[in-house]
Amino acid sequence: MDIRRRRILQLLGLSAAALTVKPVYDALAADPGAARPKLGPGREQLRAKQWVMVIDTRRFASEADVEPLIEACHRIHNVPRFELKRWEIKWIWATEYKHAFSGTSSDRFLAAAVEKRPFLVLCNQCENPPCVRACPTQATFKREDGIVMMDFHRCIGCRFCMAACPFGARSFNYTDPRPYLKHTNKLFPTRMKGVVEKCSFCAERLAEGKRPACVEAAGGKIAFGDLYDPSSEAHQWIRKNYTLRRKVNLGTEPAVYYIV
Amino acid sequence: MLEFAVKGSKRYFGWMIFLLGLIGVGFLVYLRQLDVGLGITGMNRDVSWGFYIANFTFLVGVAAGGVMVVLPYYLHDYKAYGKVTILGEFLAIASVVMCITFILVDLGQPMRVLNVLLYPTPHSVLFWDTIVLNGYLLLNLIIGWNVLEAERNGVHYQSWLKPLIYLSIPWAISIHTVTAYLYCGLPGRGFWLTAILAPRFLSSAFASGPALLILLCLIIRRVSHFDPGWKQIQSLAVTVAYAICVNVFFFLCEVFVAFYSQIPEHMDHIKYLFVGLHGHGAYVPWMWTAMALMALGIILLVNPVTRKNEGTLIVGCLAVFFGCWIDKGLGMISGGFVPNPLHEVNEYIPTLLEGLITIGVYGLGFFVLTVLYKIAIGVKEEVRA
Repeated sequence: MDIRRRRILQLLGLSAAALTVKPVYDALAADPGAARPKLGPGREQLRAKQWVMVIDTRRFASEADVEPLIEACHRIHNVPRFELKRWEIKWIWATEYKHAFSGTSSDRFLAAAVEKRPFLVLCNQCENPPCVRACPTQATFKREDGIVMMDFHRCIGCRFCMAACPFGARSFNYTDPRPYLKHTNKLFPTRMKGVVEKCSFCAERLAEGKRPACVEAAGGKIAFGDLYDPSSEAHQWIRKNYTLRRKVNLGTEPAVYYIV
Repeated sequence: MLEFAVKGSKRYFGWMIFLLGLIGVGFLVYLRQLDVGLGITGMNRDVSWGFYIANFTFLVGVAAGGVMVVLPYYLHDYKAYGKVTILGEFLAIASVVMCITFILVDLGQPMRVLNVLLYPTPHSVLFWDTIVLNGYLLLNLIIGWNVLEAERNGVHYQSWLKPLIYLSIPWAISIHTVTAYLYCGLPGRGFWLTAILAPRFLSSAFASGPALLILLCLIIRRVSHFDPGWKQIQSLAVTVAYAICVNVFFFLCEVFVAFYSQIPEHMDHIKYLFVGLHGHGAYVPWMWTAMALMALGIILLVNPVTRKNEGTLIVGCLAVFFGCWIDKGLGMISGGFVPNPLHEVNEYIPTLLEGLITIGVYGLGFFVLTVLYKIAIGVKEEVRA
């Protein structure tokens, strides 16, 4: 009797397991070509092999010069402002030279102007991004044009990418950010609690043929373009000026250049 | 065999109800965390992993530590451990259950956790960690349960178990190696970026895991008719003694490399932990306590006189266990995040709420452990009678 009951239970378990096989098979082994909508770049989409930003720090003297850029970015991307420092979210912000270039350049004495100058820091859209390597769900991934993107809907909030980023560029939604937004830009998604976010070089604007918001707000103090296109303004700035990148020794190949 | 777990003394049920209380409180606070978000913890933009991941890391070690009884018994035919292998395997199960729960409570979007399987990503260490942890849980469940059932029936365990048992030995090493790889492969985190991290994790695992096992064996001797054996406890104590020495040695290697090379990124984290950095030093008393505890553990366990005395053995094991917990749990995670990549100091102080959730997870682990040990002891007592 006991043996029979056990046998029935085993069969039931086996049947239940078998029922789950089909959906898992469909999910994992689905034909990638079949009946999927074709998504491609729009007609106005700006294209590049690797987007880069070149910041001419000589033309940013004080907080007042950087504040409008930060504001432009955070406003259109629905970045909330928290009273509590612990919950802080920022995509682009200004810091001192010694913090921006910590580890690679710790000169005891600096040109006085450089020492005081605000350095804009943001996601470096690394050519070899450690965050993409770390993400267990490919919620953060590298696009063909070099942009390191976030899928807010796939992110499980494990924060491995935050540990992996050597630039502290990533923020986590420690709570629901929506009540902390003064105004909401309906053209860009707000986030929910428990996901990571960061700058995406305004991928949503590039798709419409516009340059990133901070570049536009900078009024010519930041060049943006394709690193590998000799005719791009960014490429030419890099060729003409001595530039620095943050923590190049780590081999992540940052795509944000600084003229000092 | 489950019937052993539902029969017991008043003291047994009292203990289980106490643990259920801890789990209940933890669960209620967790509901709050689900509602508000991880903002109820002390974690922040700079220290983005805290108490949960620290305890996860420590407990992976405790789980791996179980192999210190399995390996001598099955590979070297050290017969004496026949009595305690099941305790090692069941401790591993309870620890892995806690590990997985800690990962779940640490996720910002726990309902999306299956994305890890839906989008398998071999270049992410976390993907491999999922595999090795769940695999280790499964291996120990299958092996522990079947070997115990065979013992109860008075027969030799099934022959197909043997390959699984052999597999479980390197698998135990793998769980802690992969857990170390979560940290040591990240550029720009000088404190973790060291090849000795995995060996160091393993050495502290082989100290803290068996230390806990000794304490559990001593409790079992008191509260049941099953005696795991003084000889077994003494052999385990030797393992703990060597492992804790190796652990401290590895740590001193780290200190030498950082401070002889004088590379700031490597020194600053250790400075922050042990003497404070830029006026911040919340962990300084904790780290020195950890060092003192590990030193005390070495003195009491290496010295045969104190190792063979039950009183000092208990003190030694407690010292090793809590010393490793502070060193690897508290210090290892916070220390890696402070100073941050921009060389700013933002400290992490756990909140009461995340403490309650943590205690709830430990409650769950001890609940599972008590059920499993109750079954194991029940079988052992029955076989002896």
